[in-house]
Amino acid sequence: MSGDPVLAVDGVEVTFPMGRPLLRPFGRPNSIKGVAGVSFEVGRGETFALVGESGSGKTTLARAINGLQPVSAGSVTFEGQRIDGLGRAEMKPHRRRMAMMFQDPVGSLSPRQTVGALVTEAFRIHGTEGRDMRAETARLLSLVGLPHDFADRYPHQLSGGQARRVGVARAIAFNPVLIIADEPTAGLDVSVQGEVLNLLNDLRERLGLAMVIITHNLHVVRHVADRMAVMYLGRFVENGQTEAIFAAPSHPYTAALLSANPEPDPDKARDRIALPAEVPSLLARPSGCEFHTRCPWARAMCRSTPPPPSEKLGRVLTCHFPLAPGERPPERIGS
Amino acid sequence: MSVLSVNGLTVSFTTDGGTLTALRDVSFDIPDQRIVGVVGESGCGKSTLINAILGLLADNGRIDAGSVLFEGDRELTRLGDNDMRALRGQRISTVFQDPMGALNPVLSVGHQMINVQYRSGRSKAEKTARAVEMLRKVRIPDADTALSRYPHHFSGGMKQRIAIAMALMMEPALLIADEPTTALDATLEVATIELLKELQKDIGCSVLFISHHLGVIAELCDDVIVMYAGEVVERGTTRQVFNDPRHPYTFRLLDCDPARQHRRVRHLPTIPGEIPDLRQRPEGCIFAARCHRVHDACSRTPSATEVGGGHAALCWLADIPETVKVTA
Amino acid sequence: MSEAASVNPAPQRGSGSFAKAVRKMLREPLGVLGISLVLLVVFGAVFADLLASADPTRISPRDRFSGPGFEHLAGTDQLGRDLFSRVLHGGRIALAVALGSTAVSLAIGMVLGLIAGYGPRWLDNLLILVFDAMKSFPTVMLALALVTLFGPSLTAVVVVVILVNVPGYARIIRTQTIALKSAEFVTAAQSMGASTARVLRVHILPNVIGPLLILASMDIPVVIAIEAGMSFLGLGVRPPTPSWGAILNDGFANIRESYWIVVAGGMPIILTTLGFTFLGETLRDVFDPRLKGR
Repeated sequence: MSGDPVLAVDGVEVTFPMGRPLLRPFGRPNSIKGVAGVSFEVGRGETFALVGESGSGKTTLARAINGLQPVSAGSVTFEGQRIDGLGRAEMKPHRRRMAMMFQDPVGSLSPRQTVGALVTEAFRIHGTEGRDMRAETARLLSLVGLPHDFADRYPHQLSGGQARRVGVARAIAFNPVLIIADEPTAGLDVSVQGEVLNLLNDLRERLGLAMVIITHNLHVVRHVADRMAVMYLGRFVENGQTEAIFAAPSHPYTAALLSANPEPDPDKARDRIALPAEVPSLLARPSGCEFHTRCPWARAMCRSTPPPPSEKLGRVLTCHFPLAPGERPPERIGS
Repeated sequence: MSVLSVNGLTVSFTTDGGTLTALRDVSFDIPDQRIVGVVGESGCGKSTLINAILGLLADNGRIDAGSVLFEGDRELTRLGDNDMRALRGQRISTVFQDPMGALNPVLSVGHQMINVQYRSGRSKAEKTARAVEMLRKVRIPDADTALSRYPHHFSGGMKQRIAIAMALMMEPALLIADEPTTALDATLEVATIELLKELQKDIGCSVLFISHHLGVIAELCDDVIVMYAGEVVERGTTRQVFNDPRHPYTFRLLDCDPARQHRRVRHLPTIPGEIPDLRQRPEGCIFAARCHRVHDACSRTPSATEVGGGHAALCWLADIPETVKVTA
Repeated sequence: MSEAASVNPAPQRGSGSFAKAVRKMLREPLGVLGISLVLLVVFGAVFADLLASADPTRISPRDRFSGPGFEHLAGTDQLGRDLFSRVLHGGRIALAVALGSTAVSLAIGMVLGLIAGYGPRWLDNLLILVFDAMKSFPTVMLALALVTLFGPSLTAVVVVVILVNVPGYARIIRTQTIALKSAEFVTAAQSMGASTARVLRVHILPNVIGPLLILASMDIPVVIAIEAGMSFLGLGVRPPTPSWGAILNDGFANIRESYWIVVAGGMPIILTTLGFTFLGETLRDVFDPRLKGR
C-alpha cells in the first residue's frame, strides 16, 4: 500500500432508532446497532472484501461509507477528507470519485431509461459541458465489453451478466478512485460470474481503482481481494490478508464460514464446523463475546467478557482463544 | 423400481415471438430412495420441468411429446386435474426457494400443518401430535408452542424448515425441492442440507433437487442430470459426472465454479456467449456455438452416448475424455 | 439462480410499444368501439362550426319545438335554437372541461403525491389528512359551496372537478412513490449525487404515472357527468351557452311538448361515457402485465 489510504474508516457505528419515544417499553433497547464499531483502510488500487451473512451489517456499512446512511459515531475519511455527516451539496463532488454498484443487476437500473442514458447518468448529474454523450456512451460500453448497439436497449431486455456490465460502466463514468460493489456476483449464473470479476480486475489494473467488495461468497473473495474482514452482528471479528486467513482462520466464525461452503467435489472429506443455526437478534445482543452463543469453543470467559481486538502479524482479531491452524472443535455432549 | 421415470419429454410455449421449445426430449429416472440433482443455469428449463411433472404448466404451454411415469403405473401427463390434485402434497410434494410460497401468512403454523393431513383420516389430536413430531424432526425449538405461532414469527431459515416439515409430513414418495437453499446464508444452507439428508433416510422418499449451486449438489445428491437450454446434456451418478464430465458444458461449468480453484487465479474461467434463442432452435448440437470441442459432426444433433455404468452424455465426443486432445 | 428482489413498476415501454399498444387495443372489440366513440365526439366538437351551420344561440320562436328534420337535424328546443348545433358545441364544453380539468387535476395530484411519498414523514401525514378531508366532502355539497363563491359558471365546474379528483390521484402516486423510494435504482441515483428533483423527475415519475393515466381516462366520464349534473341543476354554465346538461335541463322542463330535447341532451352524454369507459378498460387490460403473452 503506497501513500495515503484512499478510504479510512475509523470506529464507525450506525444506529437505528426504534419505535416512538413515548411508547418505548421499559427495559427494552430503543435502538439497534446495525454497525457497532468498525475500522479499516483501503489503499490505492487495493481490493478489500467485507464478508458476512445476512444481518452482519455489511450493506449498512457500505451505505454509511457512501453517505447514503448517516453515521452515528466514528469517521469516514475519503482521499484525506472527512465525508461523514456532509450535506448533500458538499458530498456531491466526492460522489464522482466514489461509485457504488448494487446487488440486483437489473433492479439497480432505472426501468425506463435506455442503457445509453443509464451509463451517462453521472454526467447528467454533475455537468455535461464539453462532453459528447454519444462518444462517452461508446467509450463506456467498450470498456465493459458491450456492443455499441446496446445503448438503445432497456434493462428488461438485458441478461443478468449484461445488466451487471451496465452497472460497472455507469460506475466508472467519472473515473472514480474507489468502487464499492455490493454482491457483484449475486443473481448471476456460475458461468457468468467470472465475467464480472475479471472485468473488475481488468479495470482495477487499467484505471488504478480501489475496491470494496461486499459478499457472502467466500470463494469469490479469494480471487479478487487482497485483504478481507469477516463481519458478525455489526463488528469485525477477523481482518487481514485473504490468503493468510484462508490458510489458517483464527476466529471460530471465520473457520465455520470457510467450512460451510461446499465444494463441487463428491469425494472431498467433510470436516464441517457446524454452528447452531440461529443468529441472535440485534435487539438482544449476547453478553461478552457476541459469538459465544454459537461458538463450538466457547468457555466461561467468553460469556462474561467482550474480547478486545488484538493484532498479530497484520491480522486483527477479536477472540479470547484464537484457533491454532487446523484446530477442530472440542467434542460436545448432546447437540 | 423408479419412483419417477421421465421419457422423451418435450414441452413448448406459444409466445408473441413464436413457439418456444422449453424442453426437448428430456429423459431421466428417479430410482427408489435416491436423491437426484438437477444442475443448470438460467434458461435451462428446470422450472418448466417441475411444472410439467406437477401438471402446472401455464396456459400457453403444452406437452408435445413424452411421458412422465409415476411409481411405475401412473402417467402424469394424462392425469386429470382432480387426480393430480390428489397426488400433490400427498405422494409428490414440493419445497420452493421462498418458503412463503408454501406458508399462508394469515394462518398459524399448526393450522396449516393440520390442513396438509386432510387425507390421512386421523383424528385432530393425532394430526396435532404428528405436526409436533415433524417440527421436532426439523429441529424447531419449542415445537408445541410453535404450532400456535404465525409464519412471520420465524426467521427465514426456520420458515424453510417448516416448509420442509409440511412437505414431508404425508411421507410422499417423491419430494421436489426447487432451489430450497439458494436464498439462505452459507451456514444455514449446509445445516438445511444436512437436515434433508437425514429426513430422506428417515422417510425413505426420493428427492429431485434442483440447484445451480454445484457444491451443494455434490454433497447431497446420489445422481445428477445436467441441463442446458432445455436438454439433458449429461447424466450419471454425482461421482461420475463431477469427477469425469463427458459433456463440454459440464466440464466448463465445473471449471467456472470459483470453489474449484484452490489458489488465487488472475482470470476466472467463463463460458463465453449466451444460450441460443429457444424460439429458433439452431440445427445440430445446441451447445455447438459455445463449445471448445466443436467440430464438423456437431452440425447433426447428437444422441445420448452411454459412457458406462449409467453415465451418459449428449455429445459426439462423449467417450473421449477431456484429457485426450481433439483435432477437429 | 437467486432471484434478488426487485420492484417491478408499471409495464415496460420501449420506443415502439405505443404503436404496439394501439394495435393490441384494436384487437379488442370494446377497444375499437371505445376509440370510435371517442373519436366521434372529438370530431364533432372540433368541427362543430363546419358540421352545423346554425348558430347554437340564435333564438327563433317561430321554429320552436320542431322535430328532427332536414333543416334541423335534431330538431329545435323551446326557444327555437337548433339542437344539433347546440349538441356539437356543447361537446366542446364537455371535452374542454373534461380534458382540461383532468389534466390540471393530474398535474396537481402528481406533484402532491410525489411530495407526500418522497418527502418527510410529517409532511406526508399532513397531506394525507388534507386528502382525506377533501375526499369526505360530498360532491354536491362541494358544488353548492363553490357556486356561492364563484357563482354558477364554468369556473365553478372546473374547480369542483379538480377538488374531487386531486386526492384520489395524489394517493395513488403517493403509494407508488413510497414503494419506489427504496428501490435499488433510486438508491443508485442518490449514490451518484442526483438531486431530489432529478430523482423524482427522471426515476420515479415515469414509473408511477402509467396506472394513473389509465385511471384518469376512466374518470373522464365522471367529469363529464359532474359538468352535466351541475349544468342540469343550474349551477354550471349559464344560458345561452350550450352544455349537454343544460340541454337536458331544458328537455326535462319541456318534456310534454317534445321528447327529442331530452334525447339530444342525453345521447351525447351516454355515448361519451361509454366511449371513454371502454377505452380506459381496454387500456388497462392492454397494459396489465399479468395478461402478457395472450
